Amino acid sequence: MQVQSMHFKARSGQKLADLRLQQNLKVLSQRWTVGRTNAIAELDDFEATRDQAVERRNRALANLDVWLERFEAQAIARGATVLWAETPEEASRLVVEIARRHEVAKVTKSKSMVSEEMALNRHLEAAGVKVVETDLGEYILQINDNEPPSHIVAPVVHKSKDEVSDLFARVHKRPRLTDIPQMTREAREFLRPQFLSADMGVSGGNFLIAETGSVAVFTNEGNEGMCTVLPPKVHVVVTGIEKVIPTLEDLATMARLLPRSATGQSISNYFSILTGPRAPGEQDGPEHMYFVLVDGGRSGLLGGEFQDMLRCIRCGACMNHCPVYQKIGGHTYGWVYPGPMGSVLTPAYVGLEKTLDLPQAATLCGECHVVCPMKIPLPDLLRKLRERQFERGLRPWRERLGLAAWAFVARRPAIYRPLVRIGARVLGWMGGDAHRIAQLPGGSGWSLYRDMPAPVGPTFKERWAKREAKAPPR
Amino acid sequence: MKVGLFITCLVDVMRPEIAEASVRLLESAGCTVEVPMAQTCCGQPGYNSGDSVAARDLARKFLGEFEGFDYVVVPSGSCGGMVRQHYPALFADDPDLSNRIDALAQKTFELTAFLHDVLGVSSLPGRFAGEITYHDSCSGLRELGVQVQPRALLALNPSVRLTEMKDARACCGFGGTFAIKYGDISSAIVDEKIGHIHASGASCVVLGDLGCMLNIEGRLRRTGDNTTRVLHIAQVLAGTASDAASPSATDEAR
Repeated sequence: MQVQSMHFKARSGQKLADLRLQQNLKVLSQRWTVGRTNAIAELDDFEATRDQAVERRNRALANLDVWLERFEAQAIARGATVLWAETPEEASRLVVEIARRHEVAKVTKSKSMVSEEMALNRHLEAAGVKVVETDLGEYILQINDNEPPSHIVAPVVHKSKDEVSDLFARVHKRPRLTDIPQMTREAREFLRPQFLSADMGVSGGNFLIAETGSVAVFTNEGNEGMCTVLPPKVHVVVTGIEKVIPTLEDLATMARLLPRSATGQSISNYFSILTGPRAPGEQDGPEHMYFVLVDGGRSGLLGGEFQDMLRCIRCGACMNHCPVYQKIGGHTYGWVYPGPMGSVLTPAYVGLEKTLDLPQAATLCGECHVVCPMKIPLPDLLRKLRERQFERGLRPWRERLGLAAWAFVARRPAIYRPLVRIGARVLGWMGGDAHRIAQLPGGSGWSLYRDMPAPVGPTFKERWAKREAKAPPR
Repeated sequence: MKVGLFITCLVDVMRPEIAEASVRLLESAGCTVEVPMAQTCCGQPGYNSGDSVAARDLARKFLGEFEGFDYVVVPSGSCGGMVRQHYPALFADDPDLSNRIDALAQKTFELTAFLHDVLGVSSLPGRFAGEITYHDSCSGLRELGVQVQPRALLALNPSVRLTEMKDARACCGFGGTFAIKYGDISSAIVDEKIGHIHASGASCVVLGDLGCMLNIEGRLRRTGDNTTRVLHIAQVLAGTASDAASPSATDEAR
C-alpha cells in the first residue's frame, strides 16, 4: 500500500472536523473498551496469562529461524507449499504466479492486513484476476471504490450504519435497508455465488504453528471457511514471518487473549486450524495449499531495540484505547496499521523519513501499554523512534533550536534563575487582570485552542529565598 | 526526616502556590523540607523529544542536588515518573552511575504517594470544602500507580465531597509538546475530559500534574467556562486553595 503518512496533519484536521466520523468513533471508547474489560475479567488470572503469553512469544522470536524452518518442514510434510517473500511486492508476485499456475479467474478473500501491505488486490486485478473481499467490513470497503480499512480488526469502524445503507442501496441497486440483519442477509446473497464460483481463496493467518505446519485463523463471520475449505481448488495463506509459534499449547494461550483483547469475546465465533490440502479420503479442503510468508521489514526488527514489537498479535486493543486514535481514526495514519502499534510499525517498515508525525502524534499516556496483551512497551518504542528522529536531524529546525536552548539553560542554574524570574514577570504581565494569556508567543498550537493560565506574583524560589532569609538559622 | 522538594519547573513559574502547599503538607507531617536552589528541570521535555543526551545531563545534575536527602518529593506524577521510571532506564548501561540513580529513584516519590504510602498521614493541616472530581494524570497513574493515594487523602477531609467522573483515568490530551504540535487533536481530547468533568456535577476538578492543569483550565476558560475551578491536589489537601488564582477566588476578591 502506498504510504500517505506525510499527510498526517492535514488529514487529522479533516477528520476532527468530520462530525459523522466523530460520532462513529465513539463506539471505541463507549463499547469496545468496556467489552475488553469485561472479557478479561472472566479469566482467573489475566496477568499471569499475559506473562505466559509474552514468554511464549519471546521464545518463538528468540529462535525465529528455527521455528520457521520447523514450520516449513511440517507444512511440506502435510502437502502444502511454503514460499518466502522478502518484500510485500515479491509476495504479491508469488500470489499472482500461483493464480496463473492454477488458471484462476476469481479469488475470494478473507481478512488479511498483510495483503494490504502487499496491495494484493491491485496486483491480482492487474493480472486479470477478479478479487472479492468476503469479510463484511472489507466487502463494504471494496464496493466503496476500494477504500482502505481504518482499523485492523474492524476495518469499517469509521462508517455508520446509515452510510452503509446508502452504499448498499447504490451498489446493490436494491431498496434501501436499515435493519442490520436484513442488510447482512443482502450482503450474503451477493457473496454466496462468489464463494461458489471462486477458484482460489486467500486468507491471512493469526498464527502459524510450527509443530503441525498449520495456520490458525480467528474470524466472526464464517467467510474464512467459505474461502478456504468449501469450493476452491487452491488456498493461499499470506501472513508475516513473525506469526509463527512453536506449539498448539502456545496457540491455546494466545486464544485466551486475542479475542478478549480485540472484540471483548471469550472466543471468536469461528476459530479454524487448517493443516495441509485435502488428503486422500478426506471430505473437504482445497486441492492445493500455499503459504506465502512475508518478511517486509520484520527481520530488521529482530535483535534490535524494537524486537518487542514483533510480539504483536494484531488485536487492536492499543488503538481502541488510544485517545488520539479515538479522535482521528485510522485513515489519518496513512498506511496499513494505525494507532500506537502502527505508529511503531509504519516507520519500521516504510522508513522513518516518510512518517515524521507518527512517533510524535502520541500523548505517551501509556494506556496502550496497559492494555496490550503482549505487554509491548509502545510508549517506550515511540520515544525511541523520537530519539532516532532527533539523531538523524529529522525534526524541524525551530523545534531543535528550542530544545537546544532549553537544554543549555536548564543545565546552568546561574542563567536559569534570572531568566525564569523575568519569564514569570512577563507571563504575569501578559495575563493582565484576568490572569490569562490568549496568545502565547510562538505557541499558536496551544493558543488557537486554549488560554494559558498566567502566573501571579514571584516564582516559588523567590518566595522560598525570602522565607529562608527570615527564618532563624537551623 | 530530611526531604528534598523538587518543585518542578512549571510549578516554580506558573503555580508557586502548589509548592507552598506541598511544603505545608510535608512540614505539618513532621518533615524537614529543603529546596535546593540550583534545581531546574528533570529533563523530561528533552527525553520525550528524543534528546537523551540532554536528559542524561539533567539527570546527573538532579542526582548531585538530591541524592543526599532521605527522600525526594515531587508534586507531579510526570516528573516523579521521569525520576523513578526513566532515570534508571537512561543509566541502565552505565556501571558508574546506575546504582546511585537506582537508589535515587527508590527514594523519590510523587507527593500524595509519599504522604500516604511513606508517611501514613492521618490528618490534614488545612480545611477545604466543596464538591470535587478527581482527574488521574497519566504518568502518575500508569508509571507510578498513583490512584488510591489522592483519594484516601481527600477522604481525610469530611467536607470534601468527591464525585468520580466517567473515564477519570483517560488522558486529558496534554502530552507535553504534543499539546502544541497537535493542538487540534489535543483540544478534541480535552473537550472529552471537560464533558466528563461537567457531567460529574462537581464545581472543581482536582489533579496532580501541572501539565494537565494548564491544559484543562486553559480550555475551560477559552470555551467560556469561568467558574469550574482547577486545583492541584496539594492545594486542596493543604487547605490553601482559596488563595489560588482561580476565577471564583478572583471573583470573590472583587
